[in-house]
Amino acid sequence: MTLELVLQGVVGGLLMGLVYALIAAGLSLIFGLMEIVNFAHGEFLMLAMFASFWAWALWRLDPLVSLPLTALLLGVLGWATYHGVVRFILDAPMLAQIFATFGLAVFLRSGAQALWGADFHLVKDPLVQGRVTVAGVFIGLPQLVASAGALVAFGLLYWFITRTETGLALQATAQDRQAASLMGIDTQWMFALGWAIGGACVGVAGGLLATFFYVFPDVGASFALLAYVAVALGGFGNVPATLAGGVVVGLVEVLGGLLFDPSLKLIGVFALYLLVVLWRPQGLFGRF
Amino acid sequence: MSLLEVAGLTKHFGGVVANREVSFSVAPGELVGVIGPNGAGKSTLFDLITGFQRPDAGVVRLDGHDVTRRRPDEISRRGVARTFQKLRPFAGMTALENVMVGAFQKTADVAEAREVARRALASVGLGERADAHAQGLSTGQRKRLELARALATSPRLLLLDEVTGGVDQATIPGLVRLVRELHAGGLALVVIEHNMRVIMEISQRIVALQLGQVIADAPPAEIVRDRRVIDAYLGESWR
Amino acid sequence: MSRTRLAVGLVLLAAAVLFPALVTLPYPRDVLIRIFLFATLAQAWNILAGYCGQISLGHAIFFGTGAYAAGMFVAKDIASPWVAMVVGAVIAVALSQVIGAPVFRLRGHYFAIATIAVGEIVHILAVNWELIGAARGLYIPIKRPDSLVNFQFHQSKAVYYYIVLGLLLLGLGVTRLIERSRLGYYFRAVREEQDAAASLGVAVARTKRMAFAISAALTAMCGTFYAQYVLFIDPESVLPLSLSILICLVAVLGGVGTLWGPLIGAAVLIPLGEATRIYVGGTGKALDLVIYGALIMVVSVAQPAGLVGIARRLRRAA
Repeated sequence: MTLELVLQGVVGGLLMGLVYALIAAGLSLIFGLMEIVNFAHGEFLMLAMFASFWAWALWRLDPLVSLPLTALLLGVLGWATYHGVVRFILDAPMLAQIFATFGLAVFLRSGAQALWGADFHLVKDPLVQGRVTVAGVFIGLPQLVASAGALVAFGLLYWFITRTETGLALQATAQDRQAASLMGIDTQWMFALGWAIGGACVGVAGGLLATFFYVFPDVGASFALLAYVAVALGGFGNVPATLAGGVVVGLVEVLGGLLFDPSLKLIGVFALYLLVVLWRPQGLFGRF
Repeated sequence: MSLLEVAGLTKHFGGVVANREVSFSVAPGELVGVIGPNGAGKSTLFDLITGFQRPDAGVVRLDGHDVTRRRPDEISRRGVARTFQKLRPFAGMTALENVMVGAFQKTADVAEAREVARRALASVGLGERADAHAQGLSTGQRKRLELARALATSPRLLLLDEVTGGVDQATIPGLVRLVRELHAGGLALVVIEHNMRVIMEISQRIVALQLGQVIADAPPAEIVRDRRVIDAYLGESWR
Repeated sequence: MSRTRLAVGLVLLAAAVLFPALVTLPYPRDVLIRIFLFATLAQAWNILAGYCGQISLGHAIFFGTGAYAAGMFVAKDIASPWVAMVVGAVIAVALSQVIGAPVFRLRGHYFAIATIAVGEIVHILAVNWELIGAARGLYIPIKRPDSLVNFQFHQSKAVYYYIVLGLLLLGLGVTRLIERSRLGYYFRAVREEQDAAASLGVAVARTKRMAFAISAALTAMCGTFYAQYVLFIDPESVLPLSLSILICLVAVLGGVGTLWGPLIGAAVLIPLGEATRIYVGGTGKALDLVIYGALIMVVSVAQPAGLVGIARRLRRAA
């Protein structure tokens, strides 16, 4: 195992980690607002990727070009999920909360398979292709652009939550639902907005991934699991910290593959989740 | 020997000191009241005694044995029962079933547990509501339910956390009478209360807490004259 | 139990017992075998999740344990599959205690995700473990003639039917026993209010581990049955997350925390799966899962007590 290989791995892990962070951010935001884990988050990502793919397959729109559309579409899906499903289980027992979004996940994933088959699809001839070499390390341009895009989106999200009035209202609702509503904040609206933003984040991530990743109905599952770990690392509800969480997950995934066997790389990530929640339940950057 | 003895109990939550060097003891069959403004550390004290929190320093002794690091269920089995400020009935179970969970501490037989539970419910005046679902009960009834549940474990010491909290005025005398009966039956009690009339009436001794510290530990007659307690909590009108 | 309930139960039991003699077509019998198997699996999960409130989303690991125990014992000619069933159950119990000790300290969603993580770890390890055949899987060698000792029946599959029916009755019996015992009350207390239960003397961690052990053992026994019935196992068929989810779906649809929920759930979902597969022509279109998913959403939102809950409400309204 050469230094070159390790460096290659670190860079790759870092870049993917940024995408994981964006996916995790949406999940964390939703949890912070209403203590509900969106078990359909991976399927949201999958739908975003399919949306990008079909935009390319039908209208020759590059995923990067259709990105705003994908984000909007997923934002609407998030909003609809809140109003159609989540709204009714806000105060339901844990079992109902878990299985409501789980049912949605199964529904979306099998729906995708029923509609589009189980085949793998790939956007051929994307706008951004090829690779660059920096200090002996190969970096695929699509991956680089995707990571940069994820970082920018993350930055936008951060700016929105911390610098705009709506964003601050979101934070207030997350910290104390009752106090926020007493201050005149419409919590229902905030919840729906949270889901919409969470969806949009995943929409952007999906569009970016579609530039180089295979698209198929089950693709969301593994990303979702990695996202849970990233959220746990940052601390459930701590959106900015998911950046670190995502990067750590990306690095652990790659390093696990290098140190052990590529097929075992996910074990490192899951083991990491267990270690973190058992040792430091509030995550590395704990909020509570 | 005292039944319960706490010495030097200290607990921090981050920068907040919930309890600082709290020490007092309870003799078998004694009724001790605990008063103090909100945030004085009263509920934390209960958590420390019953094993829901671990103190940073100090000891909790039952019958002379150190139980500081014991789990809540172990402490319960040594004869200490408690109620919670925020009521926690077992939803999805009837009142009778709720109390049976407590009764099962002393017996594994379902029929026997049912009998003990019925008697406990009757003793708190919920006899007719035995088969009602716990969620359907009013706040006052839930308070009684929680009491019955705790009593079904046949405790020697009962910690009551704000038993008159959130209950309408008409129900209070009944609850007070109940507590008196339990005390008369030989049960030792530590009672957290904000209702001054009630606590003065029933307590043999009162421990006053402020900002996590014990500022007075004396019979009611002396407590009302204690300067520090008046300044911290009672106000002048109690004299 | 009321007289009518008892009568209905006995009639159903008689029908179930007589069925293979009356209906000799293999297909309906196989569907019933699948229904009984999933009903038992869901019942086992129900003990942990429905009654004790610990939502495990990685239960397939116990199924796989039982299946691989059988596979290894028979493939390597170590002992009879029945011995394997016992050994598999014991290993499953041990596994449940090892996992439970740390993981039960977690609550709610953290716990659920942790069970997914454990499930995936076991799945990945199995795919890479050469001893048990890794991704290729294990073929259980065919033994002739048919014999109970060898747990293989090729002439008439009816014996498989009775064995799995026996497992189902075992599952129902164990659940019934628990329901009426102190343990059952403790399970429910831990499910509802863990801290209040502790304050009443319930050893919460031990209660959870007990539920886990019973659930794991029963699930493993089903796994052993499956291995002997299908005679081929691999990580994809006995350890995937999708199997864990399917087990949950059956129980949730039927009604968690109830005695009959899992059986009702299986009786609805399995035929539904068969029907959609026939209708769509078996091209793997996953239409049955689309319906499952929608049903689960509806059940979670409208009636968390599942079909049993709906039936109760209808009866009360009538």
